[in-house]
Amino acid sequence: MNPEIGHYALVLALAVAILQTVIPIWGARVGDAALMRVGPALAVAFFGFVSLAFAVLTVAYVQSDFSVLNVVENSHSLKPMLFKITGVWGNHEGSMLLWVLVLALFGAMVALFGSNLPATLKANVLGVQGSVGVAFLLFILLTSNPFIRVMPAPAEGQDLNPVLQDIGLAIHPPLLYLGYVGFSITFAFAVAALIDGRIDAAWARWVRPWALAAWAFLTVGIAMGSYWAYYELGWGGWWFWDPVENASLMPWFAGTALIHSAVVMEKRDALKVWTLLLAILAFSLSLLGTFLVRSGVLTSVHAFATDPTRGVFILGILVFFIGGSLALYALRAPMLRQGGIFAPISREGALVLNNLLLTAAAAAVLIGTLYPLALESWNGAKITVGPPYFNLTVGALMLPVLFAMPFGPLLAWKRGDLAGAAQRLMSALAVGILIALAAAYMQGGGPLLAPLGMGLAAFIVIGAVVDIAERGGIGRVPAATAFARLRGLPRASYGAALAHAGVGVCLFGIIAETSWNAERITGLKIGESFEVGGYELTLARVEPRNGPNYRDLAGVFTIRRGGTEIGTIESSKRLFTARNMPTTEAGIRTFGFSQLYVSLGDELPGGGIGVRAYWKPFVTLIWLGAVIMALGGALSLSDRRLRIGAPKPAKTKPIKDKPASKPDAAPAPAE
Amino acid sequence: MTRKGRRLLLISCAIGVLGVAAGLVLFALNDTIVFFRSPSEIAAEHTAPGSRLRLGGLVKDGSVMRQDNAHVRFTVTDGGADMAVYYEGLLPDLFREGQGVIAEGVLLGDGTFRADSVLAKHDEKYMPKEVADALKKQGVWKEGEAAR
Repeated sequence: MNPEIGHYALVLALAVAILQTVIPIWGARVGDAALMRVGPALAVAFFGFVSLAFAVLTVAYVQSDFSVLNVVENSHSLKPMLFKITGVWGNHEGSMLLWVLVLALFGAMVALFGSNLPATLKANVLGVQGSVGVAFLLFILLTSNPFIRVMPAPAEGQDLNPVLQDIGLAIHPPLLYLGYVGFSITFAFAVAALIDGRIDAAWARWVRPWALAAWAFLTVGIAMGSYWAYYELGWGGWWFWDPVENASLMPWFAGTALIHSAVVMEKRDALKVWTLLLAILAFSLSLLGTFLVRSGVLTSVHAFATDPTRGVFILGILVFFIGGSLALYALRAPMLRQGGIFAPISREGALVLNNLLLTAAAAAVLIGTLYPLALESWNGAKITVGPPYFNLTVGALMLPVLFAMPFGPLLAWKRGDLAGAAQRLMSALAVGILIALAAAYMQGGGPLLAPLGMGLAAFIVIGAVVDIAERGGIGRVPAATAFARLRGLPRASYGAALAHAGVGVCLFGIIAETSWNAERITGLKIGESFEVGGYELTLARVEPRNGPNYRDLAGVFTIRRGGTEIGTIESSKRLFTARNMPTTEAGIRTFGFSQLYVSLGDELPGGGIGVRAYWKPFVTLIWLGAVIMALGGALSLSDRRLRIGAPKPAKTKPIKDKPASKPDAAPAPAE
Repeated sequence: MTRKGRRLLLISCAIGVLGVAAGLVLFALNDTIVFFRSPSEIAAEHTAPGSRLRLGGLVKDGSVMRQDNAHVRFTVTDGGADMAVYYEGLLPDLFREGQGVIAEGVLLGDGTFRADSVLAKHDEKYMPKEVADALKKQGVWKEGEAAR
């Protein structure tokens, strides 16, 4: 297809987005139902045009159309097909297009599935969503057009950055964007409520599925990014507190707070103003993340070649949306009626604590990320705020959240019984202490933090089980009754418990990996061996190989444990010929939840090759835990109450025989 | 408790948490930040040994000496001054002579630098911003050259 078609589709999308911004909001303002009804059609058209533009760019990549500058700079005719497709968003222009595509997708989903939303709310939501679309389409068209042609077309492209030539590029950015940009919907709902000047518990019920979906995607997106960095960069690290990682972590903290405060708002009609603010903050932090990554103010793996005008443009977008929404909030929030009082020790109280600490953690990460930028522009000093800062602040702020987590669900609304909750958590606490003791025994001395952390992790996991068991009344009522009760529990309860258990699993992995990992750096000749984490690795052979667009130098190691051979592990140094750029392909073998990780260094002067090997106990639990959290979110989403949205007068009685669930992979539409 | 009393309690809790968080942030910032220095700046400022720094510049041509088992010595230069660096560990893939590098570590009493981590640029288009600025200051690198 002709690239100009893509360019033209983007211009049309911009025109549609402008209409989508103006007409429905105007219709809501003057109360014209016909004008408001235009919104959904425009949102779908917007999605259609952006999809067309995206498809055109994808075709240009697949066909290796080197008359398109973006394809020349980021593709190569010999590149495997998967990376030709993922290469579409493996660069600045294409990734912004993906950003807008996800934005348009969410808008279209509200348009299609939001049929039970009040007309004015829906119109305003679509209008706000359209305005974000206008801003980012202008950004693409004015500063980052992916459809620019080159004349004459070169015969061959410059290939994609080898680090990005990986299946991770197919998974991580789309998931992350579904999370990041998913918060645009909760943002649009918040701003729409402020424009309306009206907000109630039903609002929270409409917003919660979107927030949950965005949060679940963001959770997996971050986890997949972490795993990708872990195996691709060859350093064996899974979190670097890189500004760009922080940029995704901040909206995650805000989003986590949001999905919790929305529960309070839905059930108890309290914390309304706060929930609105969180909805605004979550998307503001996503925008800030986009700014940090895309403007080039930071140096990072994610900063593609940069251009100062882009930074200024995104900064403008940032100031407009964050400033505008917060100004609107300041004007309108005092008008919103507060409701629902509660005692400090109650479910609401626990959720408030969660919210306070999570937002404080987001703020700590924000300060640590922006402080170097602020200091440099103030007095020119160049500093780095490193992992010690983040570990200390986020760690200290998360500790009470983690400890309080099992208590929260066991407390009653309005007025809770802390002693009672503690009593019911006795079994979980006992397991936690046992695990801590066992860990301390296995560790045999050393810092106590690791065993305590593992005990805490076990406490959280068992606490989640206790929560479900208590709801079923296991041990207090006959088994049949308990079983019936458990079957009758809403899926949201199971989802919450599963997500909490996921946090525990993740925490266990983090603590075990950081405190018990082993690292060996050595130089090896063929036939020589070394030991790491109780495994003996022998360099069996080193062999050169050829791939489609790279050359490989692979080292094959045999693994022995207790003298018996249990397999081989293969690690390689890869040279991508088009860019003359080497990458390290780490060799990873998984044993249970633990991994053996080997990466090759350079060839050494006296013969032999540099080798870096790690033993990473329970490391996979880190990502597994995150996936469990997201599954919890998905399970919660499949809850009928959420999908149905606010009760309609005609449907107040529960309908049992209706099929309870549809395929729930899609973020729950409020039907 | 009255509605007002509860709100007061809530607000004081919030202020308490934020106060603790602010204290933590300030304490941690004070303790953990690392300054970036170029070799010329270290020479000019007589930076005290023992301080933790990020040293940035170009890897001097012909200066990389690999010893056994991944012990490496190299020189970082910004055109104005040189700094000898000792590093134990595997160098990043893109570490090359004549290319930009950032080494984080400690300045020793004998005027050399012991690095515990070495970062090279991520791809050929990109030069760490601090390094680019430091080189511009020394007039070694001009805007618009291949590296960006």
